Parts: sequence; structure tokens; C-alpha cells
Amino acid sequence: MSKSEVALEHGAHEPFLQHHFHDLEQQGEASKIGMWLFLVTEILLFGGLFVGYGIMRMLHAEAFHQGHLHLDRTLGALNTVVLLVSSFTMAMAVHSARTGDRKRLIVFLAATLAFAGVFLGVKYFEYSHKFHEGLLPGKYYRHTGDAVPGVAAFFGFYFVMTGLHGLHVLAGMIAIGWLLRRAVRGDFSPSYYSPVDLTGLYWHLVDMIWIYLFPLLYLIS
Amino acid sequence: MTGANYLTEQRGLRSWLFTLDHKRIGVMYLWSTLLAFFLGGVLAMLIRLELLTPTRTLMDADTYNKAFTLHGAIMIFLFIIPSIPAALGNFVLPLLLGARDVAFPRLNLASYYLYVAGALMALASMITGGIDTGWTFYTPYSTSTGGAVNLVTLAVFVLGFSSIFTGVNFIATTHKLRAPGMNWFRMPLFVWGIYATAIIQILATPVLGITVLLLFLERVFGVGIFDPKLGGDPVLFQHFFWFYSHPAVYIMILPGMAIISEVIPVFSRRPIFGYRAIAFSSVAIAAVSFLVWGHHMYVSGQSVLASALFSFLTFLVAIPSAVKVFNWVATMYKGSIWLQAPMIYAIMFLLLFAIGGLTGLFLGSLAVDVHLHDTYFVVAHFHYVMMGGTFIAFLAGLHYWWPKMFGRMYSERWSRIAAALVFVGFNATFLAQFVMGSRGMPRRYYNYLPEFQALHVVSTVGSWILALGLLITAGYLLASLRKRPDAPANPWGGMTLEWQTSSPPPTHNFAAVPVVDRGPYDFPPLEAEEELAGRPA
Amino acid sequence: MSWLRDLLVPPQGSTFAHEVDPLFMFLVGLTGFFFLLIAGLTGWFILRYRRGSRVRRGVAPTHNTALELLWSLIPLALVVVIFFWGVQGYISAAVPPADALEIKVIGKRWLWEFQYPNGLRTVNEMRVPVNKPIKLVMISEDVIHSFYVPGFRIKQDVLPSRYTQLWFEATQPGVHSVLCAEYCGRSHSDMLATIHVVSQEEYQQWLEAGGAVGEGLPLSELGRLVYERYGCDACHSLDGTRLEGPSLRGVFGKPVLLADGQRVIADENYLRESILNPQAKIVAGYQPVMPTFQGLLSEREINALIEFIKEQK
Repeated sequence: MSKSEVALEHGAHEPFLQHHFHDLEQQGEASKIGMWLFLVTEILLFGGLFVGYGIMRMLHAEAFHQGHLHLDRTLGALNTVVLLVSSFTMAMAVHSARTGDRKRLIVFLAATLAFAGVFLGVKYFEYSHKFHEGLLPGKYYRHTGDAVPGVAAFFGFYFVMTGLHGLHVLAGMIAIGWLLRRAVRGDFSPSYYSPVDLTGLYWHLVDMIWIYLFPLLYLIS
Repeated sequence: MTGANYLTEQRGLRSWLFTLDHKRIGVMYLWSTLLAFFLGGVLAMLIRLELLTPTRTLMDADTYNKAFTLHGAIMIFLFIIPSIPAALGNFVLPLLLGARDVAFPRLNLASYYLYVAGALMALASMITGGIDTGWTFYTPYSTSTGGAVNLVTLAVFVLGFSSIFTGVNFIATTHKLRAPGMNWFRMPLFVWGIYATAIIQILATPVLGITVLLLFLERVFGVGIFDPKLGGDPVLFQHFFWFYSHPAVYIMILPGMAIISEVIPVFSRRPIFGYRAIAFSSVAIAAVSFLVWGHHMYVSGQSVLASALFSFLTFLVAIPSAVKVFNWVATMYKGSIWLQAPMIYAIMFLLLFAIGGLTGLFLGSLAVDVHLHDTYFVVAHFHYVMMGGTFIAFLAGLHYWWPKMFGRMYSERWSRIAAALVFVGFNATFLAQFVMGSRGMPRRYYNYLPEFQALHVVSTVGSWILALGLLITAGYLLASLRKRPDAPANPWGGMTLEWQTSSPPPTHNFAAVPVVDRGPYDFPPLEAEEELAGRPA
Repeated sequence: MSWLRDLLVPPQGSTFAHEVDPLFMFLVGLTGFFFLLIAGLTGWFILRYRRGSRVRRGVAPTHNTALELLWSLIPLALVVVIFFWGVQGYISAAVPPADALEIKVIGKRWLWEFQYPNGLRTVNEMRVPVNKPIKLVMISEDVIHSFYVPGFRIKQDVLPSRYTQLWFEATQPGVHSVLCAEYCGRSHSDMLATIHVVSQEEYQQWLEAGGAVGEGLPLSELGRLVYERYGCDACHSLDGTRLEGPSLRGVFGKPVLLADGQRVIADENYLRESILNPQAKIVAGYQPVMPTFQGLLSEREINALIEFIKEQK
């Protein structure tokens, strides 16, 4: 039995209910509103970045086309699939939490963490390959033999966009790791699982952002 | 009123630094933002001293340029944006809703610490070289100049999160923590104002975040987006920057208007005129505020069509603000006007905000703005709306809720003396600047043509009178804290829920969760004979 | 009300000023009217309905549909009028007449260079014929500046990435200040120029004479004039203060340490080279930011400057 179920059984005050809410349901709904609002801010943060990218691409169409030829579409597609699967395992984790299935919750959280790790691992390979070729951001750009000038501008955006996204993946991994610990400890139950739910929402957003990033960077025609 | 309250129930530094009580967090924000205001004010006094003569008075050009940049950055990011929402709003919002705290108390404390971190970073820039870019950081000057630009852009990034988390907290609180019986149209108008402000905080601040992040990356890594030498477009920076910074000015004014909507009904002892008009206009202003940013860029090189669109939308957003002013004036009709400090400041707000808003029409108008853009006319306009508007409303709110927050009444006599000095000083300082501006005096000028000296002298002397009034205000407010607690639960006869609990409130706000069965300004009708005398029971 | 207009704005020097000022004065009147209305009503209500006043109140109204519509629609109508009036002026300011005389403007920290159709280049002083449309095609060499002539009511940002333009037609002879209106660094407030509006003949003569300034002046006085008019004073002080460039006090005839370690004497040739090819020898501890004055100064003006510098002890 989870810790919160034990507490209820003994008629104790809900262990995770904060004093200013009158029940877990109200608390859960409030935190859900909070998470959605936070996700809106993330959409606007990346949105601004996408607008900047769009304008730079318009101004330097040839250079951006040249630049993207250096990217490995296969690896990019692989990473897309990896994140999609991780979104699925995260959704399954939420479902497990909602139905009180602690074992499956742990398995699916671990799986999500693993796939996220694969994603970052692939990105590590991609980045080190780029660095090796001198394709670095901004003033550190060392690549020679570009067909057109301005390819450095493309890589500036490539690194900022994937870098910021990668930081969000890392933050998500830390959150999921924390959830794993709490799940093992037995904190969650059908009446209290909103941390899993909210982290799930965050994770889906991180996945969705990549779904936009991939074609914009890897599939320029 | 003696007895255990949120100030006395726990003591010691740790109980403050690790508090989750929205009231204590609000009080910490209050002292921090007032300290920031004081620093920004000192810089303002130095600037005005330098401008007493057309050439060098007491500092060199470099120092002057850093002074006005820091003045703007401190006042905007460390005072005006956080002050009403985070200092007064944090304290009062749960009380107004009949709640025991905000939705996310830990996030609230995090907001405060992010504010402190960002503030320390920004202030540290004073000793690491300072910045002279103006608070607007236009590129390519800001991407290529030396100084502490990197530090300040990161500070702004951190402060942005503080603002965002406050917005998230307030929206969730308003949705989920209203007392039973309080439907949306029984909420005090202060809540509507803070709610509309929170919407802007959430939608606009992330764009500022990405803008300063890109600026930082351009400086550190040479990622070209704004610098033409790196293939970027400097006007793009202006679009990004103003996409946040225009809605930001509504983050500044909406809470101020929200306070006025609370104070005028109470001190007129009658319901507000046009509750729904005021409530909806707050949300309308928040929405339309996102569509007008280009009115800062009429001469930037943007297209005529874009400028025309922005001008049209800018005029539209003026209408809800005008309607609010008329509603407030109408609220005094057939009321019983009680001229105490909060009301005196509320009336001052009406007059000064009217001038500020009306002079906005000059700037929204394309042909006239060509002449007035980047002159002292703009400086005067925004000081009338931000200081004559928001800051005066802040003073109104501070005087209104001071007894509730600290359990003490202040000297009404000294408050009138101070208010008179503030009013006279403020107008002397800034009216002269409208004339300077329309006569062709540009802003951010260290040296100026001698023909403008007389007006500058008037403005500087005005700043001394204003400063005196504010120092006296600080004096009597601080003096009140040394008294024994003497404030009744409801010194003003207000009908909103914060007056149903003691002054100061207990930590858990209410003994029992209140049940709401009437509107926030449903004053009992004046009895027949006192109606003739105009006197409440 | 022209006394009020003359108080609030500079004398009207261009056709555009005549177009814009009526709208400006209308807005002044509107502001005055609405402020007095709001202040007056507020004052009256406070007085009449003050707490304790013996006046009948009855039930205070919280709605009045007719009134609310009135005070929404009248302001709406007013702003629509103001909008169209403003757009009109803006468009006419944006579209120069086809026969406009074109002058190129280069903004650089911290001076304005003007280039005329016949190849003449001047610094900080523009001369134009009266009653003729003039089109300015402008660009910056460094950061964003802004070309502002209050007397003409015109302004346009000057960008480093592309050309922007401005046009005006001066309506009477006179002198007008040009001010930089976009913060551009330390000497932003010293980036001034003047526009001399003269008759067509005078303009033609001046153009053909090569735009000389200060004829008949003794050399070192001319030198001081050039020092001030061409913006040297923005970066080189006379009293020893270190600005963007080395102070001119006592510089002549003394040894100078260069950034590459060489030591040279600041003689006439050194000064001449520093003016015409400033990047050739950079003084140690300073940045290579001085713009060149090649083609901008006549031989006489260069000699005058050197004389003036020699006198700085």
C-alpha cells in the first residue's frame, strides 16, 4: 500500500494535502492550472525563438539550406521516434499512477528516463561530430569550404534551439528521476498522483517542441 | 488591536526567510521594492542635478549615461513591475478572496528569492563597469559595447521568472481559492485587475526572456541575430523587445487601476459605477496591449502600413482606459466623500493619470510622434502614467492597507502635508518636460542647448519638492510602526473580506472560512435622516 | 492661439511643420478640455457630496446605459479622427516628391557627414536651397542614430544595416539644429549639426565653391572652428581629459607611444596622417575607432587644424 493510502486507512490527515486547500481534488486542480500556465510561458519562450529563426532563415535562405546539409537526418529522425516513444511511456506512467499500479508506474517512469537518456546520448554524438568539423556557434565557427557565406548564422540557431531544448530535456529527466524515487517510496495513489500527471504534461510539451524543431532544422528544402 | 497575528506568532530571522505565509512574503517584497525605489530615486536626483546646467555640472558623460540607464532599469524591473502585485497583491489577494493563502506558497517564496537574486545581479553591475545602453538595450550598441551588459541581461532573465511565477500563482489562486458564494462578479475589482495583469505576465515575459537570452548569446558567442555585422537585423531586436515591453506597461498600470477601483467606492461609501465595464475593460486592455508594440517604432524604419496598423490599435486601447476614468468619477456622484489619505492619493491618480493618458494620444498619432519621439515629451508622458499613475496608486493602496498590514494608523495630518508636496513637486518636475520635449529637447542627453536651461532648472527644483514629500511620507509611515498597535479591524468601513479579520490578521487569515452572499461594494443604504446629513452611522 | 503654439513648438521651418502643428494644437486643446472636465467634475463632486454635506443623495446609480454608450462612442469617434489626421501627415512625410534634391547622410560616432550630388562632402553643416524638396538618404557606419530637425518636425532613425530616408521642404531662410535622437554612446548629446537654408543662388555658389567655411579667418582661428564644427571635440579634449581619443593638450612635438610599441614624434606629418589615415598609427591604450577625414577637409583646413593643435599647451 502507498504511504497516502496507509495514512487514510488510519484516519490520519492527508500527508500531501497543503493546509490552504480543503481537499486533494482542489489542490490537484489548482496545480494543474499552474502547470498549464507554465507550459504557456514555455510555448512563448520557444515561440519567440522560432520567430527569430524564421526571420533569419528568410534573410539567409541559401546559407540555411547549406547549413542543414551537415545535419544527419537519420539521427534526427531516430531522436524524434525516441521522444515520441518516451511520451507514450510517460502517458502509461500517468495511467499506472491513476489506477494505483505501483509496479508498472516504476517501470514506465524508468523507461521514460531511459529513452530521454538515449535522446541526449544521440545529441552528444551529433554535437561532438559538429565540433570536430569546426561547426561551432557564432564566433567559434571554424568550418571552411562553405558554398555560401553566412552558414555560421544557421549553426548559431541550431545550437541555441537544440541546446535550449536539450536543457529542458535534462530538467525533465531530473523531475522524472525525482518521481521515480517518490514512486518507489510509495507516495502515490489514485487519490494523489498529480506530480506524475503534471510532469507528464511538461514532458509532452518537451516532445512537441522537438516535433517542430526537427523539420525546421533537419528538413529544409 | 493586540493579540497574536502573522507578525508575532513566530519570531526570528529563520521564520521570515523560510516563511510560506503570503503576508510575510508580501511584506518582504514591500521593503525590497521600496529599497529599490529609494535607489532609483537617488539616481533620479543625481540626474536632475547634472541637468541644472547645459554642460558638465557634477559628473562626466559616461557616468551620466550609466546613471540614467540604471535609474530606468531599477525603477522598471525592481520597483514598478513587482511593487503592487508582489508587495500589496501578495498580502491582500487571499484575504480579498476569503482564502488562507495563495495556491502555491512555495512557488511564492521562490518568486521572492528570484527577485532578490536578480536584483543583486543588477546592482552588482554598478561595480563591474555599469551599463550605459539605456534600459531598452537597443542593438547594435548593446551587442558591441563594453561594460556589464552580460550581467544585467542575465539579471533581467532571472527577474522575468520571478514575475512569471507570481502571475501563475495569482491566476490559479483566483480560479480555485475563492470563498464559497464568491462568484466572478462578486470579486473585488482589485482581483480582476491583478488577474488581467497576471495574464500579461505569463504571455509577455517569456518573450523578454528569449530576447535577453539571445542578446546575451550574441555578445558571448557571436550568434548573429541582431548585429548587422553578423548578418542580423537591429530592428528585429526592437520588435522582440517591445513585444514584451509594451504589454509590460500594462503590467504596471492595471494593478494601479485595480487599487483605485477599491479605494474610491469605500471612500465614497457607495457601489462602484459600472462594475462589469471596469472588470471587462481590464481584460480587454490586457488583450489589446499585445497588438500595439510598434508604436514605439514609428521612425525605426518599419513600413508605413505597419505603423498605421499599430497607430490605429493604439488608439483603440485608449478607450477602455478612458471609460474607467469616467466610471471612477461617476462613482463619486451622490456618494459620501471622505477625504482620508487613500482617497487623496486616489484623486491625485485621477488627475495625473488623465494627463498621462491624454498625452499618450500625441504619441500614438503618427505625424505628431515623428516630432516627439525620443524627446522629453515621451519622458514626461511615461512619468505621468508610471509615477503619477502607478506610483501614486501604490501610495493609495499602501495607505489603504497599511493599518491591515501593520496594525497601526499613521498621522493623517502629515500625510496631507506630504501629499501636497508630492503633487506640487511632481507637476513642477514633469510638466516642464512636456514643453521641453515639444520644443525639441531629445532624451538621454548629457549636454543640451542653452535655450532649454530655464525649463531644466524648473524641473530640477520640482524634483527637490517631490523628494521632500516622499521623505516625509517615509517618515510618518515608519514612525507609525513604533506605536503600539491601534488599528481597528475595519478603520475605513470597507465591505471586502480583508476587513472582516483583525488588523493585522492572524497567520491563517480567518478564524472560519467566510461565506459570501453579497457584492464587494454593497454598502448598507444611508439611513433616511443621515442621508440628509450625508453622514453614515 | 498662435502664442500658445509658439510657446510649445519651435518656429515652423518646413512645409511639414505647417501640416503637423494644427494636429498638435488640436491635441493640446483636447487634452486641456478633457482634463478640465475630469478635474472639474471631480472637484465639484468632492465639494458637493463631501461627508457631512447636507444634500439629498437618494440611491446612487451604478449603471446608465445611455451615458456609458455616450462616453465610449464619443472618445472612439475622436480617436478615429485623430488617427486619420495623423496617418495623412505621416504618409506625406514618407513619400518624397519626384524632383527632390538628394543628399546622402552618413551618421558615425559622433558626427554627421553630408554628401552632395556633385561629390562635395561636408561635416556637421548642411546647406540647402529654400522652397525646394530635399531628400535625405541615410545610413550609419556603426550603431543606430536618428536624424532629428525640430524646426522641420522631422525625424528618422539612421541604421547600420540599410538605407532609410527622410524629406523636407524648407519654407524660409534660416538656421536649424540637427540633433541625434537615438542614444549612441558617450557623446550622443554632442552629435549636433546645422542646416543652413539659403536662396537657390547662394546654395549654387556655395556648392561650386567647394563648401568652404571660414574664408578670411586667421589660420588658428579657422583651426578652432574646424575642431568644433567637424566633431573633433567629441573625442579629443583640449584640457587633458581622456576621452575616446588622446587629448590635444601639449601633444605637438612630443613623443607618442604607439600600440605596436613604436615611438614617434607628433610633428606636422604625424598630425596630418592621423587626420587623413587614422588607422595607420594607433596610440597605445586607445581603440582604432577614429573615422577618416580624407576628402572632407581642404588643404587650408588641414593646415588650420595643425596650427590650432600646435597652440594647445
